[in-house]
Amino acid sequence: MISRLLSHDLPNSRALAFILGVLFLALLFAPFWVPSIKALNLAAKVLIFILLVASFDLLLGYTGIVSFAHTMFFGIGAYGVAIATNAWGPSWSAVITGALAALGLSALLALAIALFSLRVRAIFFAMITLAMAAAFQTLASQLSEITGGEDGLNFRLPELLNPSTVWWEGNPFGINFNGKMLTYYLIFVAVLLLFLALLRIVNSPFGSVLKAIRENEFRAEALGYRVVHFRALSSVLSALFATAAGVLLALWLRYNGPDTSLSFEIMLDILLILVIGGMGSMYGSIIGTVIFILAQGYLQDLLRMASGLAKGIPFLPALLSPDRWLLWLGLMFVLAVYFFPQGIVGRLRDKKQ
Amino acid sequence: MTASVQPVSNHRGHLETQGLSVSFGGHQAVREVSCRFAPGTLTCIVGPNGAGKTTYFNLISGQIPATAGRVLLDGKDLTRLPASARAQAGLGRAFQLTNLFPGLSVRENIRLAVQAARQGPHRRGFNLWSIANDHTALNEEADHLLELVSMTPLAVSTAASLSHGNQRKLEVALMMALDPAVYMFDEPTAGMSADDTPVVLDLIRTLRAKGDRTLLLVEHKMDVVRELADRIIVLHQGALVADGDPATVMASPVVQEAYLGSAADAGVE
Repeated sequence: MISRLLSHDLPNSRALAFILGVLFLALLFAPFWVPSIKALNLAAKVLIFILLVASFDLLLGYTGIVSFAHTMFFGIGAYGVAIATNAWGPSWSAVITGALAALGLSALLALAIALFSLRVRAIFFAMITLAMAAAFQTLASQLSEITGGEDGLNFRLPELLNPSTVWWEGNPFGINFNGKMLTYYLIFVAVLLLFLALLRIVNSPFGSVLKAIRENEFRAEALGYRVVHFRALSSVLSALFATAAGVLLALWLRYNGPDTSLSFEIMLDILLILVIGGMGSMYGSIIGTVIFILAQGYLQDLLRMASGLAKGIPFLPALLSPDRWLLWLGLMFVLAVYFFPQGIVGRLRDKKQ
Repeated sequence: MTASVQPVSNHRGHLETQGLSVSFGGHQAVREVSCRFAPGTLTCIVGPNGAGKTTYFNLISGQIPATAGRVLLDGKDLTRLPASARAQAGLGRAFQLTNLFPGLSVRENIRLAVQAARQGPHRRGFNLWSIANDHTALNEEADHLLELVSMTPLAVSTAASLSHGNQRKLEVALMMALDPAVYMFDEPTAGMSADDTPVVLDLIRTLRAKGDRTLLLVEHKMDVVRELADRIIVLHQGALVADGDPATVMASPVVQEAYLGSAADAGVE
């Protein structure tokens, strides 16, 4: 049963299965055990990024396409909800219309990029996507009447999802059963279903052709697979899943701006997460995301503690200053790539054999 | 020059090239090669190194676009179609330089070829919502082909980890999996060990005995050519210089001069 849900693509490593099980339970019960709003925000961000990174894995890890336009689709999803609810008020129909319009736009854009540029060499394709993403980011911050410009858009969502909507008052657990929690579970279920869908796609006959194209596109073509069609479909699918992640982000933040969903930094984060977790194995996106977001969220606190402990020792406190957290994150990345060139998941699976 | 061997046949696989040519820069690698190939015949294509044999294959199977001329399969013009469409039309190709999916398992390599060539619920790879491993018919066929090339114990190894000889066998198995109307072997036994060579030659013999496939074979080893060829064509500097039954072609002065002289040099390399 579980094997079918996972499309028979099991973790294939006891350690990996254990870690995934723990993470699943931790995220499932996050609203009940995490100590702060900040922690719950991180949990939601983990969920959304798992989907975002997994959708990028379909493109990079499975099809072998290097694209820098992935945050563009993420942003389109977030802006879709933001603009629609801003214009039509906090109704479900506005949310759904915004999401559907965003999905449609993403599909069209991805198809256009794919058909115009997937025939060229990989490096040119990467450059074209980079230019598209930059143009789109500029467009989003310039069209301030629609998008709110650099400031972005604050918007309200249907009442059911509001933090002030409490639907079980005075419950025995002493926990807030409110709209925020409902939003969390909406995101949890959506991410779970979409992740399983991605797992299904990469293990389908279509997915095996994608892997063949990654391995040797020339031979895939010689066997009778029209490579450009498969690549285009893979690009469109990947864009759609990224757009869905953007929609979920907007639902959680009730805000969207260029820096939250379109920035190039997010694109780099996605790449880093995928490389750390392991390309070409959907599970890599889960492991990578958890490590990366926890590091991002707590490395500064950890460094503050460490530099406190190191007081009195020369140089060390300065080196461990919380302001240096990016340095340490970078160092962790270098070490991860050095020791696990296949990513953490690749490493765990290798050990078994 | 016309084809001398063309038995009447209802089978698919009547391949024809008309004035097929290609130039790279100023160099004409294949010059107006017109030739017909019929089902039930194994044609060996011989010629010195650089004569354009592999390029001729590439023009037929679509890896390189032709500058002039046409490629016809059963009367249908394939000249403007991409390689994938030609493969689906029935042109199977095994490459001289091994050309596999290195990171995938041996079984997955073959399964991909089987999936590409068969009609079925897998929709030749455009089925996104079923699990590949559930298509048991494809898996069974892949396993059968593995057995045929005696590689069953290697099913789960990656193609990259195989020995050269096994990679060559897998290369041939990929084409067999397509079960095409036209088989194009490009030096299938080059660099193979004495153990592996007979396996591949047996496969070719079996195909030839079936009598309903069009077989094209680029081959340097003259003993193989003598044993297998129903017909030999000779390419020299991109042009077709001889065509006919093996005994006649081998004896013709143009071959003695153009090919066998150079073949002696080629043997030294």
